[in-house]
Amino acid sequence: MKYVIIGNGIASIGAIEGIRKVDTENTIMVIGAEDTPAYGRPLISYLLAGKITPDKLSLRPMQFYKQNNIELKLGTTVSNIDTENKVITTTDDEAIEYEHLLIGTGGSPFTPPIPGSDGKGVYNFTNIAHAQELISCAKDMKRAVVIGGGLIGLKAGEALFDRGVDVSIVELSDRVLSMAFDSNAATLAAERLHEVGLNVLTGVSVKEIQRDGDGKIVGVHLTDGGFLQTEVVVIAIGVIPNFDIARESNITVDKGILVNDHMATSAPDVYAAGDVAQALDMLAGENRVLPIWPNAYNQGYCAGKNMAGDPVVYSGGLSMNSISFYGLPTISVGTVNPPTEENGLEISTILDKKKKSYRKLVFKNNTLIGYVLVGDIDKAGLFTAFVKFKLPIEDDIKGRLMSGDPDILLWPDAFFEKTWNPEAV
Amino acid sequence: MKRVYPDKEYCIGCHLCELACTTAHSESKDLILAYTQERTEKGLSPCKRVFEKGNLCVAISCRHCDEPSCVAACISGGLRKDPETGQTVYDRDKCVGCWSCLMACPYGAIRRHPVDNKIVKCDLCQDREDGPACVAACPNQALKYEER
Amino acid sequence: MLFQPINKNYHEFHIDRDKDLCINCQVCVRQCSYEAHFWDKARNKVMHDSSKCIGCHRCEALCPTSAIHIQKKPSDFRANASWRPVFIENIYKQADTGGVLLAGMGSPVDIPIYWDRLLLDASQVTNPSIDPLREPMELNTYLGSKPAKLEVTRGNDGKPELKTKLTPQLKLNYPIMFSAMSFGSINFNLHRAMARAATELGTYYNTGEGGLHKSLYKYGANTIVQVASGRFGVHKDYLQAGAGIEIKVGQGAKPGIGGHLPGEKINDMVSETRMVPIGSDAISPAPHHDIYSIEDLLQLIFALKEASEYKVPVSVKIAAVHNVAAIASGVVRAGADIVAIDGMRGGTGAAPAMTRDNVGIPIELALASVDQRLRDEGIRNQASIVAGGGIRCSADVIKAIALGADAVYMGTGTLIAVGCTLCGRCYTGKCPWGIATNDPKLSRRQNPDIAAKKMVNLVRAWGHEIEEMLGGMGLNSIESLRGNRDKLRAVGLSDTEMDILGVKHAGR
Repeated sequence: MKYVIIGNGIASIGAIEGIRKVDTENTIMVIGAEDTPAYGRPLISYLLAGKITPDKLSLRPMQFYKQNNIELKLGTTVSNIDTENKVITTTDDEAIEYEHLLIGTGGSPFTPPIPGSDGKGVYNFTNIAHAQELISCAKDMKRAVVIGGGLIGLKAGEALFDRGVDVSIVELSDRVLSMAFDSNAATLAAERLHEVGLNVLTGVSVKEIQRDGDGKIVGVHLTDGGFLQTEVVVIAIGVIPNFDIARESNITVDKGILVNDHMATSAPDVYAAGDVAQALDMLAGENRVLPIWPNAYNQGYCAGKNMAGDPVVYSGGLSMNSISFYGLPTISVGTVNPPTEENGLEISTILDKKKKSYRKLVFKNNTLIGYVLVGDIDKAGLFTAFVKFKLPIEDDIKGRLMSGDPDILLWPDAFFEKTWNPEAV
Repeated sequence: MKRVYPDKEYCIGCHLCELACTTAHSESKDLILAYTQERTEKGLSPCKRVFEKGNLCVAISCRHCDEPSCVAACISGGLRKDPETGQTVYDRDKCVGCWSCLMACPYGAIRRHPVDNKIVKCDLCQDREDGPACVAACPNQALKYEER
Repeated sequence: MLFQPINKNYHEFHIDRDKDLCINCQVCVRQCSYEAHFWDKARNKVMHDSSKCIGCHRCEALCPTSAIHIQKKPSDFRANASWRPVFIENIYKQADTGGVLLAGMGSPVDIPIYWDRLLLDASQVTNPSIDPLREPMELNTYLGSKPAKLEVTRGNDGKPELKTKLTPQLKLNYPIMFSAMSFGSINFNLHRAMARAATELGTYYNTGEGGLHKSLYKYGANTIVQVASGRFGVHKDYLQAGAGIEIKVGQGAKPGIGGHLPGEKINDMVSETRMVPIGSDAISPAPHHDIYSIEDLLQLIFALKEASEYKVPVSVKIAAVHNVAAIASGVVRAGADIVAIDGMRGGTGAAPAMTRDNVGIPIELALASVDQRLRDEGIRNQASIVAGGGIRCSADVIKAIALGADAVYMGTGTLIAVGCTLCGRCYTGKCPWGIATNDPKLSRRQNPDIAAKKMVNLVRAWGHEIEEMLGGMGLNSIESLRGNRDKLRAVGLSDTEMDILGVKHAGR
């Protein structure tokens, strides 16, 4: 088989579309552990909240697989990769030879060793199966405690709340979404959730899950001494890359599977993309695991093109998150909490608590390296341009950005013309 | 694939392209009803946006990029490349209003619909017989619909 | 009206906005450079101040729902054949300001238009007409000095050969050229358009007194470069860039006075092309300060011929004034290859209104008398005559040729082709059509691609009509019509007028 992709998520879709840009003939085999065609993982919170039905989950229309000559192996797990002989083996003992292999196995929920976490009533929330489990017991659920105030935790909490559950979210750091938000933005988001009726606790964590004699959860003990009554605990602290299979095959790993500019791993003709990969972070200038949806697609796309013979270079990933809290939209891109000792930084913030609107811009050496928007998100894309293209920012441009008025006409002339009005061929 | 290319030398900032776009995407196909009623009542908005800075102005809409950032960011598959036409197509039904595409598109081509939890993005006037309305309406030939 | 001179209420135009059609889209607000339309924040809709309207119709043209109509609203003063409203309003203005009244474009005054009193002949029965769709029609003509006689010899191969050396000629595919309108008074984009249109049509355009920008040198083969009294932009490369050189001695709209380009209209490009500092007024003096007699003119003509190595014809442009025939005769004898006569209806970017409306004579009379005088003196062949100043249609072109012109200069018509509505406010630099301005926000309203196409369309259309009229007269070439007064008849003209025009009355 010329192309084999382990994993059936967005990185896989990216890889298929990348391969097909170059090679429209050879079959691509996709091996997915779950039983469904590729679906939008972030949609599971919408599913849990009852906002969408299961038929809306798939990422591409049904004909996609046929049109792109894909051989789909669902419900299959790969147990071994023989990088020397270029053969993978599944748990069903099937051996598949490959010419080019992509590992897009994503991540698994990180379950910390909390006493009392073994047993019923403790859930994760990273796939359809988890969502369906929660949906089925939601009607009997009175209360739930969500451990983790990051993206997954907040979405799980909201979704359960929408199903009528009394939700408390417990976050260890001093603010929710500690990576994507600074304290101002996090406060606005938490206040919104409070307004709606969720209970958000920061600066605490769960140190023990208390069960009764029958093993049913009755509540959780917090590190500050408090106690929350609950019957259900959702652990949503984070995901760790599923790189065991790579490590066992002697492929170099660090925090994820290490890849170069072409998404290639240390093993010949083996690539990695998505949440499992440790690839170039555009702003940091070094390789990091950036489990962000668009990065996974782009990495998959880049890997796909390279697998098919077009040696494109990966331009680097960007941290970007768009999350709405009951009608309060927020967007965070790039470096939002830079270390204060760094040189050349300039930060501009405008906060309007009453209107629940916030804008933070982080400049470094006259480029924009990150921004947060709460409420007024309509011009987000135009800010992204400055981050993504590293456009030079002189004083008058800086003024415009700081007043919330980014503009296509602020781009350097030559770049503008190249992008929008290239010469007629 | 034909695209709409804006010429910022000859855009006169009249905004007639926005009005034409609004009309083309309206139900009534009548400018007066589209602009006065459908826009205020149902949030009908143009896919085209005119940017102005000093003496410069230019009208922008979706570039239908070969490698779109919005498709990469879409969590529901609502935005994807049509393999036949090469255009970036939007399936309104699949859209869940997460605004990831709006965040990812560095060209400012995606906007929130004022009322529905959906986006507004240029579709190259698929349903219009004579092609993109904005190109037809521009009085100074500042928008060109061609292959390059 | 608050905070305005009291006569502001007698404004000339009235903006009529149809409430059923106006959707408050603000296109008119954005397009009006006189700020007659504005967004009223308090009322949350578009409002207008008719006193600011100068009747350019830009808003009416671009309104997407056709909701706007610009109508005349001269305040109805009591009817007075002598004190017409324009005189009353002018006095109010001058009493307020103490200034000279300015005007733009050609004179609108109500004095006889001889084109409208001349009628053309057509063939019937004895001299059959010619069908231009079936027979070849020659609209070509050549401008330049023609020899008095031709000497022909037999060459070595026995075939006849021309012995007489011909002086340089301009070959025109149509007897129509684009008139001199300086860059600075009009938009550079229009110069680009005229250069392209002239090249495509096989005719010429005139740079006017604003010099020639480097980027247009490539159209030099279809360019006539002008040397005016201010000598703006005149240097060696300039003189060698064009296919012809024209010395501007006078202009029909403002005979006897010079040109004036206000400092505000001078930007980087104008400054570079004219060779004047940015922001300072560019004033052309009334006479050329090195031409104080006809001998001086002869000297300048030959200096230019020397500088251009006798490769290009030299033209002299004069205004139509009382002794135009004698002046033209002197000009021809001074060595000009072409005499261009500009009648009193000629356009201008800015001129004192009194001069524009009261100085000079109509082109029809000037043309006829110049042609006749040169013929009488036996020197008609020594120079071609080009007539300009109010050529409005192809019939005017034909009549001009019949009266003696070799070709015509079309100025106002060219601008109307690209949108001008003759509001006459060119001197403000706020032309909303982007024609009489180089303001970056307004000049982009003229896209050279579109403008060139329109100019080409216009000349081609007139060309077809000229062919029809020529064919109708039984002629198949322009040169058979030149000076052919017998093809014209007059209606309602006095004996004197008919005598000057050399035309009989209809019926005779």
